[in-house]
Amino acid sequence: MKYFNPTKALFLATASLFLASCSDDDNGPVNEEEVITTVITTLTNGATTITLTSRDLDGDGPIDPLVTVSGNLTANTVYNGETTFLNELESPAEDITVEVEEEGDEHQVFYQIPSALGTIGYTDFDVNAKPVGLTFTYTTGNVGTGNLTVTLRHLPNKSAAGVAAGDITNAGGSTDAQVTYPIVITN
Amino acid sequence: MFFCLLCFGTIFSQNTISGKIVDKNDLALEKSHIHISSKSTNSKKDGSFIIRNVPNGSTKVLITYVGYKPIDTIIEVNGNLEINFKMKQKSEQLEEIVVKHKNNYFNHSVSEQKIKEKTIEKFSSQSLGNALKEVSGVSILKSGSTIVKPVINGLHSSRVGIYNNNVKLEDQQWGTEHAPNFDINAAGKITVLKGASGLQYGGDAIGGIVIIEPFSTKKDTLFGKTIMTMESNGRGGTISSSLHKGNFCDWSWNAQGSFKYFGDRESPDYILSNTGNREANFSGDVKYIGKKFDFSAYYSLYNATIGILSASHIGNVNDLFNSINNQTPSVVEDFTYNIKNPKQQVQHHLAKLNYNYYIKDGESIGLQYAFQFNNRKEFDLRTGVSDSRAALDLNLMTHTFNADYKLSINSWDFKSGFMGLFQNNSANPNTGVRPLIPSYNKFDAGIYAIVDNHISEDFSVEAGIRYDFSTIEATKYYLKSRWDERNYSPEFNHFIEGDFGTQWLTKPTFTFHNFSASVGTQYSFGSEYEWYFNVSRAVRNPNPSEFFSDGLHHSSGMIELGDLRLKQEKSNKISTSLQKQWKNFKVNINPFLNYIEDYMFLKPVGFETTIRGAFPVWEYQQINALLTGIDLNSEWQISEHWQHRLLLSYVNGKDKTNDDFIIDMPPLNINNRISFNKKDWKNLTIELQSEMVFRQTQFPNNNFTTNIIVDGELSPVEVDISSPPAAYHLLHFASDFQFKIANNSMATLGFSVFNLLNTKYRDYLNRQRFYADELGRNFQIQLKINY
Repeated sequence: MKYFNPTKALFLATASLFLASCSDDDNGPVNEEEVITTVITTLTNGATTITLTSRDLDGDGPIDPLVTVSGNLTANTVYNGETTFLNELESPAEDITVEVEEEGDEHQVFYQIPSALGTIGYTDFDVNAKPVGLTFTYTTGNVGTGNLTVTLRHLPNKSAAGVAAGDITNAGGSTDAQVTYPIVITN
Repeated sequence: MFFCLLCFGTIFSQNTISGKIVDKNDLALEKSHIHISSKSTNSKKDGSFIIRNVPNGSTKVLITYVGYKPIDTIIEVNGNLEINFKMKQKSEQLEEIVVKHKNNYFNHSVSEQKIKEKTIEKFSSQSLGNALKEVSGVSILKSGSTIVKPVINGLHSSRVGIYNNNVKLEDQQWGTEHAPNFDINAAGKITVLKGASGLQYGGDAIGGIVIIEPFSTKKDTLFGKTIMTMESNGRGGTISSSLHKGNFCDWSWNAQGSFKYFGDRESPDYILSNTGNREANFSGDVKYIGKKFDFSAYYSLYNATIGILSASHIGNVNDLFNSINNQTPSVVEDFTYNIKNPKQQVQHHLAKLNYNYYIKDGESIGLQYAFQFNNRKEFDLRTGVSDSRAALDLNLMTHTFNADYKLSINSWDFKSGFMGLFQNNSANPNTGVRPLIPSYNKFDAGIYAIVDNHISEDFSVEAGIRYDFSTIEATKYYLKSRWDERNYSPEFNHFIEGDFGTQWLTKPTFTFHNFSASVGTQYSFGSEYEWYFNVSRAVRNPNPSEFFSDGLHHSSGMIELGDLRLKQEKSNKISTSLQKQWKNFKVNINPFLNYIEDYMFLKPVGFETTIRGAFPVWEYQQINALLTGIDLNSEWQISEHWQHRLLLSYVNGKDKTNDDFIIDMPPLNINNRISFNKKDWKNLTIELQSEMVFRQTQFPNNNFTTNIIVDGELSPVEVDISSPPAAYHLLHFASDFQFKIANNSMATLGFSVFNLLNTKYRDYLNRQRFYADELGRNFQIQLKINY
């Protein structure tokens, strides 16, 4: 089970005898297309924008995503939220949000936070007047800390109980992205 | 024209036919070949022969002897018979030579189990795997209801070789979700050899091999058959037609085609959305039989589209947890014939040329070249990528060359041969997804020798040895992060050929030298006891998935990692079998012990977090495994019309390295069938079958904890992927009768019900058991016409 040159010689001789479709893989690795590497959620109130980012540049590789949150939120405040999905393996980065928007009826973004930390409301809708969730409002609660989980579901059942109101429990479908951001609410 | 109809005997048997073969001067003909029903023997010195277990009814008799005209006739059997046959000399000698050299056994020291044509026909609209379940010791590993793989004594996939018409199927068989690319309708006879005793085929059959022989004829007539099957579950059917033209001394040909069309299957409670399938298959051959040689060309095409249960596509561990806990599929839609993504599209071409030369009586040479081309496309649910673009697209091309020599002198049989294989796998890089397995070139060569000595009428010994050489060179891109995580540096740095930013271009190359062997004996004693004993050693190289896989598996929600450090897996199997035949009762008991060194399997080792959440990581590891078990089958002729058959198999898989159980071992199953047959009533047969599958209680605990969101907060839950489903019991009903539709045309009409009580169940060996129930009740109507 080691590198063995005479064998390789024999092998290549045989290979060249038969061969047509010897792989041309040396041209470079597979161009990974549909991979979501990055989820960015921005929360804006007036001039203040808080950016929450989760970035995983090695895809299914062993390195964990890097999660960053740019600052603290203010209690009892309404933020306008927006989430984008990117494939940063491509250059320039591919904006997968566009595809989610185009196939809006096949996707929904869910936002989950402990109820003490506030409420979420959808502000964008698909052709069937069901929420997509690329934009939303977040009304923060009182001072506290917790997690905001953002989930992109493919082919959810938007008619199931609670789903259009943002409850993921009965949504079904399969998960394209799921990230959890730590959030801190201060006065 | 009745030939076809008459050559399948019922499995149940009671009659003994004996007699004498003589020439026109009443001189005994020794070693003439007698074939009655499905049994065969050679006449002794005094020309006498005896064949047992011949079923009632019209039975085909074929007697051949070198230099004599064959006797090909039909006799009516209603009890023990004594018949003497007188053979006439003829000038042409060829067909007898052909018959004489036709191997009707593969190894003398193991009891082989065969599936006959009639059974195969019953499974016309199903798959090879389903038919193989008719053999005790064979279970099935499923992915849904249409992807079915045979499991022999607890082992499957790369450990079970499938040989179609003497060619090993190379169809990405390592994958548990890849069914054998073979149309069951193209099989004439199927034999299962458990263990590695079929050394002429290969040295790596750790589990066993399945040998499929196409239907062939020696009758000088044109005849055919058509089987039409309609099924309620899936609301579809299959039509299969075949034509055969046989001719001694000249040309013969066979052609067969089948077409299958099914929509969504149904469980007792709901539609299994996206489980339809389509198949369009063809096979045919042309054969020329010359004076001292024969030459044949064979081609077959398997072409299938298989829908994958929509609910089995999961994005992350939360989805998996929800499926397991909800116990209902996440997607249930109205019935449709349409097949959406995810789905598989596979095509398998097999073309072969075969030449046999008969040097002299008992000595022959066979040469064979086979070409196989397999294209596998797997389509997934993708965001922003056209549905018509496959996520996995593999082209596997295989050339094999075989040369075999056979010699029989007195009581000795000698077989020896050479095998050469060149294989190229090419993973289409334009899928936009990193391929599951890389492109590679593989070269194999093997030689074997087998010797068989019939020491006496009752006692024979067989021994064989085989050497295999194999080298594989892959072209694979590794994420640098993965290369480091696997600790491949510096041990495998010499494989690196290029630097592509975040990835290494590597050319891993491995060479293997393997020896395999088999020794065994067969002994007949007492009144109709037969004892077989076999010891075999097989060696299997790691397959491309075990070496190279690195990535997320969408249907199992796990990251699978191969390992370049894997060594060969070595099996040491002892198997014995005792057969006893009473007047109305026959039993075969077959215990075995298989000690496998460096058994390769997937083991959970931790977690990795991706943008979809955290996934459990499973990596290939090697342990020493001990598989022990017993297979039992019996046939009981209760009375003239009533018969009973029992199949039982049990296997226990232990991980000796970690003192644990081995995953995915078939649980104890017991299969009882009672049948009624009456020839006078248009050969009416009615069967009731009971299939009892126990709960597997011996399994490793691979459960893991994940976080799900409850009321907006993350909370840990256990994902139970280990607990086997409950035991289940199914009843199946089958019936058929025969009638004449024209002077030389017979028809058989069958009606059967699978899962008669519409029982709701899940099976431990179904990869989709986390997502949905198994199939509910299925009515089947089958019409077979012989012409």
